[in-house]
Amino acid sequence: MTEEIKKIQVIIDDKEIDVPEGVTVLQACEIAEQEIPVFCYHSKLSIAGNCRMCLVQVEGKRNPIASCAMQASHGMKISTKSEMVTKARKGNLEFLLINHPLDCPVCDQGGECDLQDITMAYGPSSSRFKDNKRAVKNKNFGPLIKTEMTRCIHCTRCVRFATEVAGAEEVGAFGRGEDMEISSYLEQAVTSELSGNMIDLCPVGALTSKPYAFKARSWELTPTNSIDVMDAVGSNIRVDSKNNEVMRILPIANEAVNEEWLSDKARFSYDGLMTQRLDRPYIRQDGKLKAVEWHEAFIFAAKEIKKHNADEIAALSGDLADVESQFCLKELMDKIGSLHRDCRQDGAFLPMDERCDYLFNTTIESIEQADHCLIVGSNVRLEAPIINARIRKSTLHHGLKVAYVGPSADLTYKTESLGDKLSILNKILSGSHAYAKTLKEAKNPMIIIGQGALASPDGEGIYKTCRAIADKYGFVHDDWNGFNILHTAAGRVGGLDIGFTPGEKGKDTRKILQAAERNEIKVVYLLGADEIDEDALKNTFVIYQGSHGDKAAHIANVIFPAAAYTEKEALYVNTEGRIQQTRRAVFPPGEAKEDWKIIRALSEILHKKLPYDTRKDILSKLAKTYPAYKDFSRIEKGQWHEIKAIEVRRGMMTLPINNYYQTNPVARASVTMAKCTVGKKDSKSWEKD
Amino acid sequence: MTQSSKYNSVQRKKFYFSQPLMDKAKKIIAQYPEGRERSAILPLLEMAQRHNGGWLSPDALEYVGDMLSLPITRVWEIATFYTMFNTQPVGKFHIQVCGTPPCYLCGSKEVKRACQKWLGIKVGETTDDKMFTLTEVECLGACANAPVVQINDDYFEDLNAESIEKILQDLADGKKIESGSMTGRTGSAPLNTKIRKKDA
Repeated sequence: MTEEIKKIQVIIDDKEIDVPEGVTVLQACEIAEQEIPVFCYHSKLSIAGNCRMCLVQVEGKRNPIASCAMQASHGMKISTKSEMVTKARKGNLEFLLINHPLDCPVCDQGGECDLQDITMAYGPSSSRFKDNKRAVKNKNFGPLIKTEMTRCIHCTRCVRFATEVAGAEEVGAFGRGEDMEISSYLEQAVTSELSGNMIDLCPVGALTSKPYAFKARSWELTPTNSIDVMDAVGSNIRVDSKNNEVMRILPIANEAVNEEWLSDKARFSYDGLMTQRLDRPYIRQDGKLKAVEWHEAFIFAAKEIKKHNADEIAALSGDLADVESQFCLKELMDKIGSLHRDCRQDGAFLPMDERCDYLFNTTIESIEQADHCLIVGSNVRLEAPIINARIRKSTLHHGLKVAYVGPSADLTYKTESLGDKLSILNKILSGSHAYAKTLKEAKNPMIIIGQGALASPDGEGIYKTCRAIADKYGFVHDDWNGFNILHTAAGRVGGLDIGFTPGEKGKDTRKILQAAERNEIKVVYLLGADEIDEDALKNTFVIYQGSHGDKAAHIANVIFPAAAYTEKEALYVNTEGRIQQTRRAVFPPGEAKEDWKIIRALSEILHKKLPYDTRKDILSKLAKTYPAYKDFSRIEKGQWHEIKAIEVRRGMMTLPINNYYQTNPVARASVTMAKCTVGKKDSKSWEKD
Repeated sequence: MTQSSKYNSVQRKKFYFSQPLMDKAKKIIAQYPEGRERSAILPLLEMAQRHNGGWLSPDALEYVGDMLSLPITRVWEIATFYTMFNTQPVGKFHIQVCGTPPCYLCGSKEVKRACQKWLGIKVGETTDDKMFTLTEVECLGACANAPVVQINDDYFEDLNAESIEKILQDLADGKKIESGSMTGRTGSAPLNTKIRKKDA
């Protein structure tokens, strides 16, 4: 795969430098560490060449050239500092500023604006323009993006992003010349799950964040690098906070995971961190919740736990539970003697002999090397928008062909639908399906299995048939592993890693709930588990530990308030098995505490004290027990092994996510996400904003 | 754009290509290499406009977009970029007065003023009876015969206030009118040439 890249020599500002063949003049200048100001150029988007800001002088050419659109050639003499270039930049900026308002003091982009910065560095000190400036009507882009189209400089980055990366061709440049305007057709809302990235891409203040509008100035914010937990991708984020409040969330570039993008749920659901929060412990007395002190709540819960046999106690962990707290709860349950525990709220079938059994083994970055992809029962677009963008990129630029089994969904790229019944997998395995031939010829095939398929009644059959397909058609060879489980919950892989699953003869989620209904299970410990059928727990003593007063908190007998993901240092494992750590940006509200500390304190009251006094103790214990947790920089996958196939009998399934914007307690508490949910149904309903 | 959405509700019948038109459209699409069918967007939009009362209604845009599997955004970009596509309804006769320098120097201002006066509308408007729409356009490429007015598909040249008024009157009366030079010169022959039209 590593072809030798030919080098050519160019001379940039009198310095000779070797650059790979095929790079543009702009990239060559970047390699030579010469800064070239740009507006329309973006390394992840196609070249437009319309801002004319990147002009440089090339010897032998009479005019300055747009360096982003010109390929570097051997022996080229490039000047980035000559008088001609300086003058061209100055003139260009003067033209751009003719139609740009000087409203920086009231513009949200102020302080982090490309136009502002570049004008300061290269622009003229004053304008000679005396006439009226152009004014453009603001457009309605939906509840996430605020528009101020008079500020637009027509770089078309947003248009190219929507077309190329998001695959939702909703934004365009309409009209021509001076009348050109960026808008959506008939000003319909932008519905893409990645629309927030247009805000980052906009080099001026034309597209800014609506929820963040006029909330803070960029230089007042304290940035904290962290990890997103809204899906199982583990996007790298920067949490900007001010006065102990999260003001906004931005992506951090990580080529291996999210490139430079972030999904809308990860970016905009932060307002949910301020509402519906559990800020002090509660106990239920005479049917009513009563606020109490921590020790009262602990004693109340401990009394109930001690009353029952170990066999009548169960624990479930939710989608946002971190590794440490699941590990502590597992140890505590072990000490109590209960084997009934599960981190799979949806009851998905997932074997756990080796890590590669339940991971996205191909890794997100390597999707670009696959040539065929079979998606089994997953709407990747809603379950992991970032991974979907990667697959789309691969279909566009690397010739990936995608086939699809399961309920149909618009994934923004061309897919071959093999049918909506998963029993087709049997035919593919036996070789009687036409698609089997395609798989046979594939070099680097990959299969993506969604949680919806694994949580269906026949999850086991589907899983094992897919395993057999992977073995039969060479999905696993040399350093390639094309067997992928796409998780939807940030806490899931961590839970599976540390074995937060039923012990021998223990009950899984489904059986725990059934037993609770029959009153065989008397106490259930919910670690942020909100996506379960609460009706089943009516007669059960429910201990709820979580950050939000969501569904499960309403039926709880004891509530332990916990910190949300922006308020604690905790490990989260993404669907690839990549272990990453969140950092504390703000403090938890009221008396809420970090999850593992709550469990540690409860263990002491139960006289089953866990031997961890600091988070470091837990981490060193994790590293000792699980090889994958020794070194976070590499992904430990374990040994690939054969699993015997079982036929898929019933191929019916439902997709797990209907409403992308409200899948977890934080997102459900968010007003912005609620607006998006309404907006999906009726794009005009929030126009009054 | 809000205006076109307003007209959308007024549209009585959904736009479609009748069978002969469809055959023609398929022929046009077939001219482009495989995978490049979307390049047929311009001739198809032109055809749609011609058979949709001289303008591209939202449903016509959607229809053409669906035919070429182009998102509506891309179709709208093209329709708004080319000034010869009308994105708002026009009257039966679309009067397009050239206003670029050669015509201006030869008196297009008087022609325009005469149109406005005779029709009782301003540039960019349509008469109440939906007969005439008046627009000012950029160079029509017939500078030698300035001033020029394009009415639907025909050019009317060497105009002045009187001749344009007569043309408008004839159009309103439903009379058949002859296009070309109003002073009787042949093509773009020099003004003092005595060759008359029928001799050419």
